[in-house]
Amino acid sequence: MAKLAGMEIAFAAAEAVALCRPDVIAAYPITPNTHIPEHLSDIVAEGRLDAEFICTESEHSAMSACCGASGTGARAFTASSSQGLLYMGEIIPIVSAMRFPIVMALGNRANSGPINIWNDHSDIMSQRDMGWMAIFAANGQEVVDMMIQAFKIAEHRDVMLPIFVNLDGFQLTHMVEPIFFPTQAQVDKFLPEYKPYAALHPDNVVSMGSLGMPDIFNEFKKAQDEAMINSKKVILEVWKDWEKAFGRKYEPVMSYKTKGADVLLLTMGSMTETASVAVDEMREKGMSVGLLDMKLWRPFPSEELKKAVKGAKVLVVMDRAVSYGGPAGPVCAEVKSLLYGEPNAPVITNYIIGLGGRDVTVEDFVKMTEKSIKAKKEKPEKAYEIYGARGS
Amino acid sequence: MADKKWPETWQELTPGGMVFRPGSTMGYHTGSWRAEKPVYDNSKCIKCGICYIFCPEACVSQDADGYFMADMDYCKGCGICAHECWPGAITMIEEG
Ligand code: SF4
Ligand code: SF4
Repeated sequence: MAKLAGMEIAFAAAEAVALCRPDVIAAYPITPNTHIPEHLSDIVAEGRLDAEFICTESEHSAMSACCGASGTGARAFTASSSQGLLYMGEIIPIVSAMRFPIVMALGNRANSGPINIWNDHSDIMSQRDMGWMAIFAANGQEVVDMMIQAFKIAEHRDVMLPIFVNLDGFQLTHMVEPIFFPTQAQVDKFLPEYKPYAALHPDNVVSMGSLGMPDIFNEFKKAQDEAMINSKKVILEVWKDWEKAFGRKYEPVMSYKTKGADVLLLTMGSMTETASVAVDEMREKGMSVGLLDMKLWRPFPSEELKKAVKGAKVLVVMDRAVSYGGPAGPVCAEVKSLLYGEPNAPVITNYIIGLGGRDVTVEDFVKMTEKSIKAKKEKPEKAYEIYGARGS
Repeated sequence: MADKKWPETWQELTPGGMVFRPGSTMGYHTGSWRAEKPVYDNSKCIKCGICYIFCPEACVSQDADGYFMADMDYCKGCGICAHECWPGAITMIEEG
């Protein structure tokens, strides 16, 4: 039987990773993900997990070690945040091009500067186009569930791509929540032993990470893009399997009270929970408001999102990162591009909120919704607004 | 069906472009990049081996008589051998 335990989510994430029996964990701790590798190193030291724990001297080395480990056919895990992720930056697109199913817990944190250790999504957004899959957890239970799902998705023979499991720094990493843990036997059943497509071995020679000159690079990128697009099928399968095994449902775009709603809020990560309370309040006041929670960011859930916004008049997109001087926040820009030319597409407003750990309250969601309803009549002056910036 | 030497379409690529045939780069004749080729005049050659040492492609080898020659499958035509050959036994001529 699954057991319920109250635990800090970062520790819970580590426990979930341990249940997946990784062979190699290479990490360099950086706030706010620190407790994840820290706790994993404890688990390894206690002999509860038979894995190689590599204390690297930097994030660049951590990702390089994961890359090498994955090349030998090991199940590899790492965790990072913000500047640490950026320091891994050189290897990040290489492991996806090499089709290594590395799993990373990304404790989302603002990119400095000014120096800031708190949450927003600027780290993941800066890695958007690096060929990694990306999913977002809204609470501790989802962190644990997604960590296990992530290995199964990434390692599937039709996918073979690395994956970011995004969990908001502090809001999730340092929160204590009651969490259901599956048993080792349940996880072993759900997640079979990793059988790599190929592994570096002197008896079976293979070259990985070879040169791709102009005459093949284009085709290589096309193949990589197809792999990413096709991974959605597997993600849906794995989520269906999870629901069957554990009863908790995961969808690329989750809906909350959206039936017949005129106004839809679109969120990602932990703000979803606050937004759902705001939706409850607004519904009580008789406002026709619903909530969409995007759990899948890469591959982009195009069909699901198009379906989810059908019939809505206003769509309020929340971004937690700035695309400086861009046409909108990174999430909204993609949503707009998706809905461009769609018949009866809703009016889209875009708020960039919660930067660098700024609190986002229920009242904020209500205010943004009210503003957006007005925007339906009077076109807003600007395509996006950095919400709550004093002086604006 | 004869084995294809290189993938042409994206569907033919292995995941991650992994290469399972050892030594397959031997079949990749980089000499096609060449604009000029070295021509050896053995009457001037003193068999010093400087061309052999300096060739960055390591494509110069010695024949049974001790004279040197470049493998045109790999010679990139950089002209270093001709520049370094102090008795002037090597001339670069345009690839025709
Ligand atoms: S031209 Fe350059 S590559 Fe060719 S044989 Fe001479 S040194 Fe080697
Ligand atoms: S450098 Fe010139 S002289 Fe010396 S071996 Fe080569 S061709 Fe002959």
